[in-house]
Amino acid sequence: MANLRDILNAQKNRQELIKAKLNRRDLFKMGLLTSAGYLVRKNGLSAWAFDGGCNPGICRLGCSPPIQPFLDPLPIIPVLPQRPLTDPGLQFGAPPQKCPNNATNPATGLPFEGRGQFNGVLRSGTDCFQFFDQYPPQQFFVERARQNTNFRITSDATIPPQTIWGWNLGGSDPSDVAQFPNPTIVVRYQTPWVVRRFNELSPATDGFGVNELSSHLHNFHSAPESDGGPCRWFFKGQYFDYYWTAQQAGFASDFPPNGDIRESLSSLWYHDHRIDHTAENTYKGLEGFLNIFNQFDTGDEGTGFHLPSFPQFDINVILNDKLIDPGTGKVCFDTFGFDGLVGDVQLANGKVQPFLNVNQRRYRFRVLDGGPSRFYQLFLTNPANLNQQIPFWVIANDGNLLTHPVQVTSFRIGVAERYDIIIDFKQIAQTFGATTLNLENRLQQTNGRAPTNNILPAGQGTTCVQFRLGAVVADGSVDPATNPTFYQLPPTPTPRITRFFKFERDNGQWAINGQFADCGVIRFTVEQNTGEDWHIINSSGGWQHPIHIHLEEFQIRNRNGAAPPAVEVSRKDVIRLQFNEDDLVTMRFRDFVGDYPTHCHNTIHEDHAMLLLWQVQPNVIDNNQNP
Amino acid sequence: MAKMTRRKWLASAGITSVALGFGGSLVADDIKNQSTPERHFQDIPARELIRMGHLPNVELITQTGKKVRFYDDLVKDKMVVINFMYTHCEKVCPPIMMNLARVQKMLNGRVGKDIFFYSITLKPEQDTPQELKKYAKEIGVGKGWYLLTGKPEDIEFLRKKLGFTYADPAEDADKSNHIGMLRLGNEPFMRWSACQGQARVEWIATMIQNETDLPYGRPAHPTTVKVYGPGAAAATLGGGVKGTSTGATANAK
Repeated sequence: MANLRDILNAQKNRQELIKAKLNRRDLFKMGLLTSAGYLVRKNGLSAWAFDGGCNPGICRLGCSPPIQPFLDPLPIIPVLPQRPLTDPGLQFGAPPQKCPNNATNPATGLPFEGRGQFNGVLRSGTDCFQFFDQYPPQQFFVERARQNTNFRITSDATIPPQTIWGWNLGGSDPSDVAQFPNPTIVVRYQTPWVVRRFNELSPATDGFGVNELSSHLHNFHSAPESDGGPCRWFFKGQYFDYYWTAQQAGFASDFPPNGDIRESLSSLWYHDHRIDHTAENTYKGLEGFLNIFNQFDTGDEGTGFHLPSFPQFDINVILNDKLIDPGTGKVCFDTFGFDGLVGDVQLANGKVQPFLNVNQRRYRFRVLDGGPSRFYQLFLTNPANLNQQIPFWVIANDGNLLTHPVQVTSFRIGVAERYDIIIDFKQIAQTFGATTLNLENRLQQTNGRAPTNNILPAGQGTTCVQFRLGAVVADGSVDPATNPTFYQLPPTPTPRITRFFKFERDNGQWAINGQFADCGVIRFTVEQNTGEDWHIINSSGGWQHPIHIHLEEFQIRNRNGAAPPAVEVSRKDVIRLQFNEDDLVTMRFRDFVGDYPTHCHNTIHEDHAMLLLWQVQPNVIDNNQNP
Repeated sequence: MAKMTRRKWLASAGITSVALGFGGSLVADDIKNQSTPERHFQDIPARELIRMGHLPNVELITQTGKKVRFYDDLVKDKMVVINFMYTHCEKVCPPIMMNLARVQKMLNGRVGKDIFFYSITLKPEQDTPQELKKYAKEIGVGKGWYLLTGKPEDIEFLRKKLGFTYADPAEDADKSNHIGMLRLGNEPFMRWSACQGQARVEWIATMIQNETDLPYGRPAHPTTVKVYGPGAAAATLGGGVKGTSTGATANAK
């Protein structure tokens, strides 16, 4: 029964709707009119929002409210603290152990630990940690997935606080809230570690996100049970122990016992990988970095390769683009789209177009495209002189140090790729007179399918981070201009077999070789300790796909027969599959056995269903070239 | 369209100089010196937003001639599987409809109880309720599976709202090559996803149940992992193997 307030509200709404010139039929279609002809109950609708299609519930490019850039400093991401084994989180149920703790937790009726579940169902006795006895864990972390309903993407107070999901700093106290970006995990090679993750999330109440989690460490050399693949999710009330040997690839095959130093990784990230729901869960905030150091890439510019010291001069930056619902001012996600989602609100480390005060010296930035779908071409723009071509250095691709730094004036990055760059602010200030530099995305992209490949003029793109240059300070880091040598590339293997993977669309559904993602099918078997060549093929001129292969880093032999550009002469784990390309990559499959995915990392394509599972096994010869 | 809208709004909000770039796709840097626009945000529940954005309450007619409202009668408070088809479709629909028929059986009596299937015709002019009824009989449509027709403009509107569209207008107009997705929706929990109509039936059934059963008390569903090729016959080690699964053993030190 309508009360007076409802009637007044309905009258007010009606006035607003009349102003917006909507007819009865429009209202009905928008769901604002019931079949009996009454306006549905709403507490104040605003006429402007109905103008021309940017209605509440419409999550679309061009409908987000504009937000002023450069209001907030770039957040420096907190480092996840180590915890002693005596920490209550690590003692809950049972301390981390080789085989999962699948005893039933009487409080939930579910196994304490979610490891051992596959596709949501327990497979008792499975997913014990490989190599756990040989490389016992020496370092422990805890993270808890939580909801934070008071997350601000901007200090513009007219934009309401947002709801995010994220991992916290590991404490059980409610004050230890979800972080975005999630805490950076900092580890060292040869120090095996465990991260115990608790799923404390209730079902989403804000329209997207599925509280069933799988956390992939992209792209460490991980066993399947710790890889956080798409089919190994766990539920609210469960924990999941992830364990890593912290050895370079080859540690149990051609380079025992510590692996091939040339396979060292440095900039990784972890993100949710729940099949069919990866896009919404990562979009909602389940993304963070992991930096791994070793005796060369030390985090101290006084030692090793003399790369800028972490964390003062070595800064992780994750880029994301968002859409905001024009009716609510809240970040929205279109769970009904298949093509991909590009936003018109640009974030870096969770803030709208932040600034960073820097000193005049060299900095290392670990730049990650956190998705869900956008490709970037990043330039340094001096807003005081748009004609300048400002150089900087790429030192690593997908977290893998190149043999030598490569000087560039821009780089292209797709979802999940990482580019480590060095910017010498002192030299740029001296050469170009710049006091402000914008890290500007000049690649035009107007839908989730692909960029147009148009490069916009300087100053007309989107600034992701604005650097404000300060004083000249001491710099003990290596000058990339001296052409220092990092790791040599490992030799490419002689392939045992060449396989072909066509990434295609089949009646609006994303497919690989005509088949769809399926947690119940392992499509082919790779023989352990062999190398293979894979053709990654896109015969479309309308789509691009960043393709990710788990387990090992590959090298690009060629792109459409041509040598890859200098920044891609590297180990990689994502290849941007561009229009009408046949890209040939090569890799080894070492150390671990079990199942892994290959998939498109445009997370909307991945969820619909451009993903396949394969496995590594010893002594299995599978010669299917088109699996 | 979006560009005009945004411009108009910005103008009304007192912003005069905004470089919108391409269709509003780019974030303008030069709004920084403008005054903050007046905001009119409302606290609208997400379930309402999804309904407003994607689940119009259009009138449809079932294969038995019953008039129903899409949101009120078919979707609200339910777990649903929605696809588009037409009775004379020769390419995309037959395998999908046959898959759905098999999935219906695999779901073991749940369709009609807590899961509902809706197959909406793309050719309402031809597919009368009588035609749909005949077709339903041919493919073995059981309880809780409705074949739906309605006014062409309503169906077109619904198709777009549910996301069964191609960006390219020519492609979008070609009904013989329509989107083969199944839209999965758990309306009260706001879980909306999609499944491929031509996927393996076991996987379709699993996906539907994964969206339904939240999260406790999820009944066992097919979990067998098939390995294609010679890997199936060989002893497989690693992640999924029972008992010990040490890489050391696998690597025969």
